[in-house]
Amino acid sequence: MKKKGFIRNLSVTLLMACIGLMILSPIVITFTNSFMTEHEIQGNYGLVGKMPVVTPGEPDVFVNLKLIPDWLSFEQYGSVLLETPTYLFMLWNSVAMVVAIIAGQTIVSALAAYAFAKLRFKGREKWFRVYLMTMLMPFQVTLVPNYIIADKLRLMNTAGAIILPGIFAAFGVFMLRQFMLSIPYALVEAAQMDGAGHYRIFYRIMLPLMKPGIAALIVLLFVDYWNMVEQPLIFLEDSFKQPLSLYLSRIHKDAQGIGFAASLIYMTPMVLLFLYAESYFIEGIQMSGIKG
Amino acid sequence: MKWNRLSRRESMVAVTFLLPSTIGFALFYLIPFGMGLVYSVLDHTVGGSFVGLSNYQELLSSGSFRKAVSNTFWFTAVNVPVMLMLSLGIALMLNRNLYLRRFLRMAYVLPLVVPVASVVMVWQVLFDWNGSLNAWMHAAGLEQVDWMKSAWARVVVSVFYLWKHIGYNIILFLAGLQSIPRDYYETADLEGAGKWYQCYGITLVYLTPTMVFVVLMSIMNTFKIFRETYLIAGDYPHDSIYTLQHYMNNMFLAMDVQKLSAAATLMVIGIYIIVAMLLRLEKRYTHFME
Repeated sequence: MKKKGFIRNLSVTLLMACIGLMILSPIVITFTNSFMTEHEIQGNYGLVGKMPVVTPGEPDVFVNLKLIPDWLSFEQYGSVLLETPTYLFMLWNSVAMVVAIIAGQTIVSALAAYAFAKLRFKGREKWFRVYLMTMLMPFQVTLVPNYIIADKLRLMNTAGAIILPGIFAAFGVFMLRQFMLSIPYALVEAAQMDGAGHYRIFYRIMLPLMKPGIAALIVLLFVDYWNMVEQPLIFLEDSFKQPLSLYLSRIHKDAQGIGFAASLIYMTPMVLLFLYAESYFIEGIQMSGIKG
Repeated sequence: MKWNRLSRRESMVAVTFLLPSTIGFALFYLIPFGMGLVYSVLDHTVGGSFVGLSNYQELLSSGSFRKAVSNTFWFTAVNVPVMLMLSLGIALMLNRNLYLRRFLRMAYVLPLVVPVASVVMVWQVLFDWNGSLNAWMHAAGLEQVDWMKSAWARVVVSVFYLWKHIGYNIILFLAGLQSIPRDYYETADLEGAGKWYQCYGITLVYLTPTMVFVVLMSIMNTFKIFRETYLIAGDYPHDSIYTLQHYMNNMFLAMDVQKLSAAATLMVIGIYIIVAMLLRLEKRYTHFME
C-alpha cells in the first residue's frame, strides 16, 4: 500500500516538474543567453524578424536556440551598464515612478481602507462598490478624459501624469480593506474605552497590525507598475522620461545583442523581491480572494 | 439620540480618513468616467451638441469595432474555461503531499512577477517565422507556420496569457482547497464515498466562491491582454488578435474621441453585466452552505 503511494507520488511530482520547467524556460533562457557575446547572439538570433531568402536546393535556415553560451561573457552587461546611458536613465525613471506610486498609494489607501473597514457612515457599501468597479476597468476606458485632465493640470509629458493616477488607484483600498476586515472590531472598541480617538487607533493599533497586508500590497504594486506599458506610452512623449519597460520593447529591433542582459537586469529586482517576500506575496493574493 | 450623535461624529471622522483618497479618485477616475459618458453623446468635444445615440450607431456599424469586439469576446470565452480547468487541475495535484512542493509552487507563480517586456525576446525567438518552433516542426517534417501573422497568433497570445496568469489562480485555488475542513472527507470516507464522488461532491462545491473569483479575475486579465499583445506584435497586430483595447488606442491616436467614448461606455456596461451575473451565480450556488 505504502509503496504504491510512493510511486504515484513520484510520478505526479515528475509530471508537475516537467510542466514547471516548461513554465520556467523563458526565464532560464533569458538568464543563460545574457552571458553570450554580441557575436554569438547575432549568429544565433540574427534571423528573427527577417524573411529568409529562399534559394532552391539550399536547406532552410532557422534561428538557433541555444541554452549554454559558447563561453561565459559579460560583454552584454558591459554594454548595457557602461555604454548605454539611456538604459540607466530609463531604469532610474522606472525606479522613481514605482517608488512614488507605491509610497503614495499605500498611505492614501491605508487611510481610506480604515474608513471602509472600521467606521460607520452613510452610503459606505455603495461608495465602496464604485471603487471596486473602477478597479476592474481597463486603462483605455478613461483614456481621453484622463488625457484632458493631465493637460489641464499641466502634467502632460511629466512623470506626474503616471504617478498621480497611480497613487489614487482603487486596488490598494480594496486590498487593505480586505485585510483590515480580518482584524476584530473589538480591538477598536477596547481602545475607545481607554479613550483613544480614531486617529490614534489607526496610527498606534491598526498600522502595526497591518504590516503583513502592507507588505503584500507593496509587492503586488511593484509587480504591476514595474510592468507598466500603456500609461507611459500615452503620457510620456520624450523617450528619456519613459520607463524601461518601453525601452525593452524597442530594443529587439535596434540592439538585439544587449536584449537578454537588459531583460535580465530588468526582471532581477522583481524576482529577488519575490523570492525574499514569497510568503507575503502569496498571502496577499490569497487575501484579495477572500470576500469581504 | 446618543447613538445618532455618535454616528454623526464617526461620519465626520470617516470623511477625514477618506478625503485624500476620494479627491484623487474623483479627479482621476470618476470625473473622467463621467466625461467619457458625456462625450459619447456629443458631436464635438469642445462646444458640442447633443446627438443622441448616433455615435453608438456609427460605432456599431464599424467593421473594425465589430472585429475587435468579437476577438475580445472569443479570447475570453475560450481562455477563461481553459484557464479554470488547467489551474484547478494543477492546484489539485499540488495539494497532494508532493516532493519539491514549495519549489513547484514557486515555479508556477514566478511568471507573474517577471515583467512581460523582459521575456518578449524569448517569445520572438520561439514564434518567429525563422524561429525555434518552426525549426522543430521542420525537423519533424511539418509545414512551417507564420505564428504571429496568421490566425495562429491567437494561440500564441493565449499561451502567453496562460503562462503569465496561471500561478495567480493556482494560489487562489490552493487557498480554497486548504480552507475545506478535513472532517468532510473523513466522514465521506466512512460512508464509503469514492474518490471521484468526494472530488465532485465536496471539493468542487466548496470551491465555488473561489471559482467565481478566479473567473472574475481571469476575465479582467483577458481584458488586459493588450499589454502583452502590444509588446509582442506592436500597434498593428494580425487581425485575429486585434482587441477592443487596440481599437480604443487607435481611436485615441486618430483623435476620434466620440467613438472611443462610446466604445468605452459599452465596455463598462459589458463588464458590469458580467460582474453582476457572476455574483448572482455565486449566491445561488452557495446559499445552502450557510
